[in-house]
Amino acid sequence: MRRFAIMFAFVTALCGAGPAAAERLVVSLSNHRVAVTSSFVGEELVLFGTIEPDPVTSPLRPPYDLVVTVTGPRQTLRTRRKQRVLGIWVNVDSREFVRVPAYLAVLSNRSVNTIANPDTLRRLQIGLDNFLLPQRIGSDVADTVRDDPFRRSFVRLQTQQGLYRESSTAVTFLTPTVFRAAIPMPAAVPTGSYGIEVELFTGGNLVARTNSALDVIKTGFEQYVADAARDYGLLYGMATALMALLIGWFASVIFARD
Amino acid sequence: MQIYLPIADLPVNIFLVLGMGLAVGYISGMFGIGGGFLMTPLLIFVGISPAVAVATVSSHIAASSFTGALSYWRKRALDIALALMLLSSGIVGTATGVWLFTELRALDQLDLMIGVSYVTLLTIVGAMMIYESVRAILRTRHGMPATLRRPGSHTWLHGLPFKLRFKRSKIYVSAIPVWAIGFVIGFVGAIMGIGGGFLLVPMLIYFLRVPTATVIGTSMVLTLVTMASATVMHAATNHLVDAVLALILMVGGVIGAQFGARTGQKMRGERLRLLLGLLVFAVGCRFAYELVVKPDDLYSLRYVRSG
Repeated sequence: MRRFAIMFAFVTALCGAGPAAAERLVVSLSNHRVAVTSSFVGEELVLFGTIEPDPVTSPLRPPYDLVVTVTGPRQTLRTRRKQRVLGIWVNVDSREFVRVPAYLAVLSNRSVNTIANPDTLRRLQIGLDNFLLPQRIGSDVADTVRDDPFRRSFVRLQTQQGLYRESSTAVTFLTPTVFRAAIPMPAAVPTGSYGIEVELFTGGNLVARTNSALDVIKTGFEQYVADAARDYGLLYGMATALMALLIGWFASVIFARD
Repeated sequence: MQIYLPIADLPVNIFLVLGMGLAVGYISGMFGIGGGFLMTPLLIFVGISPAVAVATVSSHIAASSFTGALSYWRKRALDIALALMLLSSGIVGTATGVWLFTELRALDQLDLMIGVSYVTLLTIVGAMMIYESVRAILRTRHGMPATLRRPGSHTWLHGLPFKLRFKRSKIYVSAIPVWAIGFVIGFVGAIMGIGGGFLLVPMLIYFLRVPTATVIGTSMVLTLVTMASATVMHAATNHLVDAVLALILMVGGVIGAQFGARTGQKMRGERLRLLLGLLVFAVGCRFAYELVVKPDDLYSLRYVRSG
């Protein structure tokens, strides 16, 4: 964990020093709070932004490329692999992915691989292939090569559920300096705090970055039920059992014919 | 209309779930069973995780068996003494089942355990029911009278010590098989998310010679208590009971059961047993198919913890 923290600090320091001050990003998110209610079926958030010269007199250097990386709350998940044992399919092997984002969207105006060279992308953790997904291997926690079967399957499964995605069309430039990014929030979106990292490139170099945040929260009844189940398990169970008895009794009263 | 389930953490169509409750309720009313062995697989099929399905179905079965038990109580067709005796070990069985459920979940083998128990239990019980009911149907067709229960017939079970007399059922048996049956039903119910009615009724008839008049009512009391306690235990240890899902299922289930009971009363006993046997067997085969055939995706994800 400590090694990971050091590495992270190193990457952050490197990036902070990177962009030369010539452009500035101004962004605004359509909504900073996504409320998951009983009728929630997913939502699309829109991030608008402009590229401003900084200082005001400096020239702009289009064409620009933009990458928006949205990361959800951290989760630990286990990827399991089935194998045939004595004729039936059994989970035989598993890998734990430690503190990885429950939601990860990499949105750009064109394929991230064409925006900058592989080293830059890796250093900035841009794209699903380059994002750090640490696995517990024995007593060690580290990311593996991108072709690792567990890593590939993990990303694929998360993508199938709409939780991980990489889209090269989600960011559109309305004018050479005004852009719009569509952030999809699927129905099964995990609740928690989300970070939005906006990175501007020109000629394959990072020139400006900014960030924003949003919260996905369960509200009203859903929140109440989920909290009760987690914090007061025993009482919650008794209440559910009591509800079962009440409904059973109601039915027998309503339908009693004798 | 979609509704978001707070514990299963996914939106489902409310009418689909209500319809499933009605359909399973109809079948359970028709055969006098809880229907958990149908409901749990159905919930897994619509995308609810096996663990949440098993835990939630227990509360649904508690509701439907309470309705059933009440109507048998009014007809004085249940044996409270026998039910209490079965319960004393049933609770222990349920607690053991919930404990094993938690352990297996931690080892990533819960889905396998659920699958294997479904296959073995359902195919064996289903095949036995089909065999027995087909024989009964053939016998009546050939004009031979069905073999009646001989009151004096004894098995080795009747030679065991700690004998007890159950007045309402008019039986005099050892406490050991009664406890064993209660334990098995409680255990299997907690692991598989089934009430065990389709297992308990034949066990009570064949092993303890409980008369048909009191057998279903007594079985329902046992199912009610083991499933209500399984709900509480699953909620307290695994936090997996989805009350919203349970509520929709219960409402559908108790309504469906009323109509099912009416259909069931119009059918001949052995026909009913044959149908139930076929159904049980088919569900077992479905699970066997899933275990044996290569899955579409060899990989699967499991949530460990947040952070």
